[in-house]
Amino acid sequence: MSETTNQAFAEHAIALTLNGQSRQLNVQPWSTLLDVLREQLDLVGTKKGCDHGQCGACTVLRDGKRVNACLTLAVMCDGAELTTIEGLADGDTLHPMQQSFIKHDAFQCGYCTPGQICSAVGLANEGRAQTADQIKELMSGNLCRCGAYTNILAAVEEALPQSAAKASAVSEGGIDA
Amino acid sequence: MNPFHYSKPVDVSQAISLAGAASRFIAGGTNLLDLMKENIARPEHLIDITGLPLKDVRETASGGLLIGAMVSNADLAWHPLVEQRYPLLSQAILAGASPQLRNMASTGGNLLQRTRCYYFYDSAVPCNKREPGSGCPAKDGLNRIHAILGASEDCVATHPSDMCVALAALDAVVHVEGRGGKRTIEFADFHRLPEDAPQRDNQLADDELITAIELPPQGFVAHSHYLKIRDRASYAFALVSVAAALELDGDIIRDVRLALGGVAHKPWRDKAVEQSLIGQPVSRENFVAAAEAILRDAKPLEHNAFKVKLAQRAIVRALSDAATGGKA
Ligand SMILES: Cc1cc2nc3c(=O)[nH]c(=O)nc-3n(C[C@H](O)[C@H](O)[C@H](O)COP(=O)(O)OP(=O)(O)OC[C@H]3O[C@@H](n4cnc5c(N)ncnc54)[C@H](O)[C@@H]3O)c2cc1C
Ligand code: FES
Ligand code: FES
Repeated sequence: MSETTNQAFAEHAIALTLNGQSRQLNVQPWSTLLDVLREQLDLVGTKKGCDHGQCGACTVLRDGKRVNACLTLAVMCDGAELTTIEGLADGDTLHPMQQSFIKHDAFQCGYCTPGQICSAVGLANEGRAQTADQIKELMSGNLCRCGAYTNILAAVEEALPQSAAKASAVSEGGIDA
Repeated sequence: MNPFHYSKPVDVSQAISLAGAASRFIAGGTNLLDLMKENIARPEHLIDITGLPLKDVRETASGGLLIGAMVSNADLAWHPLVEQRYPLLSQAILAGASPQLRNMASTGGNLLQRTRCYYFYDSAVPCNKREPGSGCPAKDGLNRIHAILGASEDCVATHPSDMCVALAALDAVVHVEGRGGKRTIEFADFHRLPEDAPQRDNQLADDELITAIELPPQGFVAHSHYLKIRDRASYAFALVSVAAALELDGDIIRDVRLALGGVAHKPWRDKAVEQSLIGQPVSRENFVAAAEAILRDAKPLEHNAFKVKLAQRAIVRALSDAATGGKA
């Protein structure tokens, strides 16, 4: 990626940690994180639904916090620690939230699922949801056009305590993230 | 999106020296990038302000809070001092956008988010806010979400923020810095009514950066409530919202703040009506009278007449909930 479309506009070199690995990238200022993940890095687990912050399909974790990759410029991720759906599992062991989505059959077409799962992991890190109503409110940034909400709620509800425990273990350095 | 140059200053003076008419600061990017993708904002240069040291929330000498412009909406809503002393602000922030967006969005950016008028967002049609002098299709078009107070012949757009409605009620002060130096702006004066220049949402100059928002000590901890009415239960902009706060002595109102969102080009306050409630007892009658007085000059459009009654009822409900402790 050394050539630029327009020589007047410089590419920028950024360094970040992506799913536990250090990466150096050259990005154009106007490339979103979502496009760089999907087009430049071939990490297509993160989905593009609306491209305008309205659906949550592009949710990834930035320094442990859930964000919309479609409204994030890649060039502004210099120094960030990013986790996408591809980075949640520990080798062949799925993250408890992934396992719970399978157990509860929390999807139909699956398009919203990576965003739902990353968002639910972010929710666990925040530690703000205890009741089903709180989970619903704090998962409202993730739309499911198939309407699989009942099972998504059940999956998140069950895995939340375990995900939260994992999150605090990671922040105390107990588990390799 | 059009191509643009990008720079990331490390201090405020550097950021200000880079600013100009063709540049934009970018913070969370949640509004600016959206508008750039729609080809409505076309900056030639983005100045990334996420590296500026504006991320603290600290207590002021007078007992208030000074909130750095780069504090995220999520961190602010869940900040212990805000939850304890300004629950109205926490509630309002948490009523807006989504958890992801609140993690990204900044305090300064929230004030400067632009209207959600569909015509403003549609670059194929005229819009005085987007292209001054081109006309306003909303006035005689689809105007269900538009203003009922303070609009002009040129523009009937509303300001979409929830957070700003609480900041207006709390008498916040905006700290800004530009090439001409620092100044503070009272929240009530920060946003503008459209008049004949709807392209200008607020009083900020091109080279001015919001550095902080200051909250005075009075947080109305015991009696405040933010009520947001929208088309779905969550993750939608307000049709009408009300920030209500009361200071009570028994059931006598000693101080009151009422700010409305979704009804005007800026968070709407009517100090004369607030004044008329002071010294009165808490009662439904008094709240109804205040609600009717605030909407006395409402000028609904073809599709938004419902907002007048809705706003009146929301005011009565928000004041009642505030009076009983704001937990609703
Ligand atoms: C799908 C969706 C739903 C939403 N729902 C709601 C809602 O229900 N309620 C609500 O209140 N909001 C809602 N929002 C809007 C959201 O709150 C704003 O987009 C956000 O607060 C903007 O902050 P930001 O830091 O991302 O701003 P940016 O997008 O980075 O910037 C916005 C503007 O502010 C300028 N700017 C930013 N910081 C500064 C500064 N310090 N000094 C000077 N200029 C600055 C930028 O140049 C730009 O013009 C929603 C947004 C989306 C996308
Ligand atoms: S693709 Fe990012 S929110 Fe829809
Ligand atoms: S499972 Fe199809 S969009 Fe959610």
